Amino acid sequence: MPNTYDALIIGGGHNGLVHAAYLARAGKKVVVLEKRHLVGGAAVTEEIYPGFKFTEFSYVVSLLRPEIIRDLQLPKHGLTILPLPSTFTPLPNGDYLATWDDHDKTRREIARHSLKDAEAYDEYSRQMARMAMAVKPILGMIPPDPTALSPKDLFGLAKLGGHAASLSEKDFYNLAKLMTMSAADLLDEWFETEALKGTKSASGIIGTFLGPRSPGTAYVLLHHYMGEIDGVFRAWGFAKGGTGGISNAIANAARALGAEIRLNAPVAQIIVKNGRAVGVALESGEEIYAKYVSSSLDPKRTFLKLTDPKHLPADFVEAIRRYKIRGSSGKVNLALSGLPNFTALPGEGALHRGAISISPSVDYLERAYDDAKYGRFSRRPYIDCIIPSMIDPDMAPPGQHVMSCFVQYAPFAHEGGWDDAKREAFGDAVVDTLAEYAPNLKSLILYRQVLVPPDIERITGLTEGNIFAGELALHQLFFLRPVPGYTNYRTPIANLWQCGSGTHPGGGIMGASGRLAALELLKDWK
Amino acid sequence: MLKGTPFHPRTSALNETHSWRRWSGYLAAGSYELTHEREYWAIRNSAALFDVSPLFKYHLSGPDAETLLNRVVTRDIRRLAVGQVYYTPWCDSHGKVIDDGTVSRLDAQRFRLTSAEPNYRWLCLNAVGLNVHIEDVSEQIAALALQGPKSRLILDSISSPPITNLKYFRLAHTRIAGLPVTVSRTGYTGDLGYELWCEARDAVALWDALMEAGHDHGITPAGILALDVARVEAGLLLLDVDYVSAHKAVIEAQKSSPFELNLGWTVNLDKPNFVGKKALLEEKARGPAWRFVGLEIEWPSLERLFLEEGLPPQLPNVTVRASVPISSMGRQVGYASSSTWSPLLKKYIALAHVEAAHAQPGNLLMYEIMVQHKHRYTPARVVELPFFNPERKKA
Repeated sequence: MPNTYDALIIGGGHNGLVHAAYLARAGKKVVVLEKRHLVGGAAVTEEIYPGFKFTEFSYVVSLLRPEIIRDLQLPKHGLTILPLPSTFTPLPNGDYLATWDDHDKTRREIARHSLKDAEAYDEYSRQMARMAMAVKPILGMIPPDPTALSPKDLFGLAKLGGHAASLSEKDFYNLAKLMTMSAADLLDEWFETEALKGTKSASGIIGTFLGPRSPGTAYVLLHHYMGEIDGVFRAWGFAKGGTGGISNAIANAARALGAEIRLNAPVAQIIVKNGRAVGVALESGEEIYAKYVSSSLDPKRTFLKLTDPKHLPADFVEAIRRYKIRGSSGKVNLALSGLPNFTALPGEGALHRGAISISPSVDYLERAYDDAKYGRFSRRPYIDCIIPSMIDPDMAPPGQHVMSCFVQYAPFAHEGGWDDAKREAFGDAVVDTLAEYAPNLKSLILYRQVLVPPDIERITGLTEGNIFAGELALHQLFFLRPVPGYTNYRTPIANLWQCGSGTHPGGGIMGASGRLAALELLKDWK
Repeated sequence: MLKGTPFHPRTSALNETHSWRRWSGYLAAGSYELTHEREYWAIRNSAALFDVSPLFKYHLSGPDAETLLNRVVTRDIRRLAVGQVYYTPWCDSHGKVIDDGTVSRLDAQRFRLTSAEPNYRWLCLNAVGLNVHIEDVSEQIAALALQGPKSRLILDSISSPPITNLKYFRLAHTRIAGLPVTVSRTGYTGDLGYELWCEARDAVALWDALMEAGHDHGITPAGILALDVARVEAGLLLLDVDYVSAHKAVIEAQKSSPFELNLGWTVNLDKPNFVGKKALLEEKARGPAWRFVGLEIEWPSLERLFLEEGLPPQLPNVTVRASVPISSMGRQVGYASSSTWSPLLKKYIALAHVEAAHAQPGNLLMYEIMVQHKHRYTPARVVELPFFNPERKKA
């Protein structure tokens, strides 16, 4: 049968591609089925406006696992990660706060606001790096289930316990606090500068439907500290060609290993026979068969849309229904005729090559959340901008620029539902907010792409447009992701596997889910 | 951005190398001339002038200033007289050294603390409930070090009143070229020398006055490379080179107690409670695990290693600020953290951390050295610190 494979992967996002590459590397005949005309899922770069390449959804990289880069030889296949050295937070009073890529420069800058904070910043960064080191091993292993008494789980627990034991008492207490506190409370313990707390706490809310004062957000903060580039913790970078560049590199690696990638091949249904997944039916009606089926889609799409519920236990279906996947962010991508000029630090400068964060205080972010909590987009949103064309000149025509603005909050379930008018009003709120700090922005805009959660869902398939394929909240992380009992990438259906960000360890362009699922599947291969 | 110190208008004009080193975010000259040899000899032979403004400086004042300092540092500040200066480390609650510097008592209730790293937050954390004002004066106060046998002569000729009788680790308030200057008989060279503290706005005028007065006595602006040789000869340690601050250490093994840094003499366990006292008491009873010692590399053996390759001995021409393994009977028992050729002593010397059992003066240990791209070991003798301690230092 020509249409028969060893393994079939639903979804050509970065996790699906990583999963396929690892299976292909083990000599398996694999095919990736991607519904769109390009690979990448939410890690795509598209020329939405002629000459301007938009990092449409995800826009920076830090968490991509180093072992994947090594194993798949991604640099050989085109992966280039460029530095994103600074964060610039303009303030309503005309001042700004920045952290640069130099220790002395950053210390002096923070000391302008608070001498104590300048010194605390170092200690805080060191502590977060230590905590990240303590938690990081879990990113590279299947999360042990403390309720299970299988040797593997016990071994995993012992391994983690051993690592925790190597922590000092102080570090252990801090870790416990980190797992329970809100980002705002944690930062209050360290800093007094509002802009610093605001900007730092933003990492705790990204992709969640929580505010900086919601308990649990301190852990999300840590999640963002686990990124590592060239062995340096907490380093964020920009992939040449945008995040689509990463997807292309992984796809190239997968193809070089023999994987087949089929574009424009949306899956309509997972075919289950005698309690066993045997293949899929495409929307075109074509059927493709494989020994194993792995879905990199989010758990809701996999189990509630592509699987006939009659093949699943009712309590499992219920658990998947309860899985929190609320979309909370939007994206505004701008094609610009020139560089925005920030009142706080006029002229072209280092700030344009780093992140620009609209996060003047924790209150500001919490108010942005207040709007969302009651079903409206934030009138004054948190915005995380980068200008990719300042880092990679290939992203826009010479002298012109693209600007990527990640925006929170934009609830999927907007009061009265989203429509074109609301989408444009949301885009206006973003541009108006930015223009308060960079007044020339509006006159530079050649084209504006506004994406709200339903758009993200429609284009990428991510349920509710949640960028992490399920919120990064403690109640659905580690041995609870996506649902208890099914954290080892298996599902209630034999030969049906999951390998997307909805599984441990979850979100960000990390690839760990795709890799771990592949290694586990290979161990199980019959 | 890196800053120039208040002396930058003068130092930048003198810097023939056009290269700068980094010192706490300031530009600091490695050497002004193309080699640092003459600058080093000025320290030991005439007078060397160093810009030490990048030091962190804090003013502590108020009724509880003494209490705060006594709580933080290991020495007994109650015994520090007005006009006196102490060198002291300070520790975290586990008795591990955070930083080291000098404390000057400017007045009954007014002190100046210098440090290598920022310490404002640490002071504030320890000042809770105390009536003390802590001010970071790092940028307001410029500092010079005039070090060498001719330093007293030069200063005396322009200081009013003269500082002839200023004793070792004492300070005086004087005027130089009409400018108010605090002179302390302190330094980082182990030689006769002084440090001068003035308002940043007076910095250039003070520099000019010293250079003019010192001209006929061989005054020589000197940079970090020359200082680095002198401070090793003097057995003085350097944060981030010879030890890691307890605040920065990633693992326990990177931390050191004062006893492990040859600073036991600065630890006063009789004074009231201070940060780290309990741990230091325990450590004293138990005996420290490590010692900080001097090593003299035995020349004939070293020469032989090179001769075997047909080479004359080749030693680095600047102080080596890198870890060098030290072993005994084939087992590593420590590491040297600073090694230098001493032009004065004509010896290759090193400051080293050694397991206590191997730290007895006279012990022979093995020092790793690269000879023609090969790892070799050469004998080195444990000696008391400092290597060089001239009478004039305190006379």
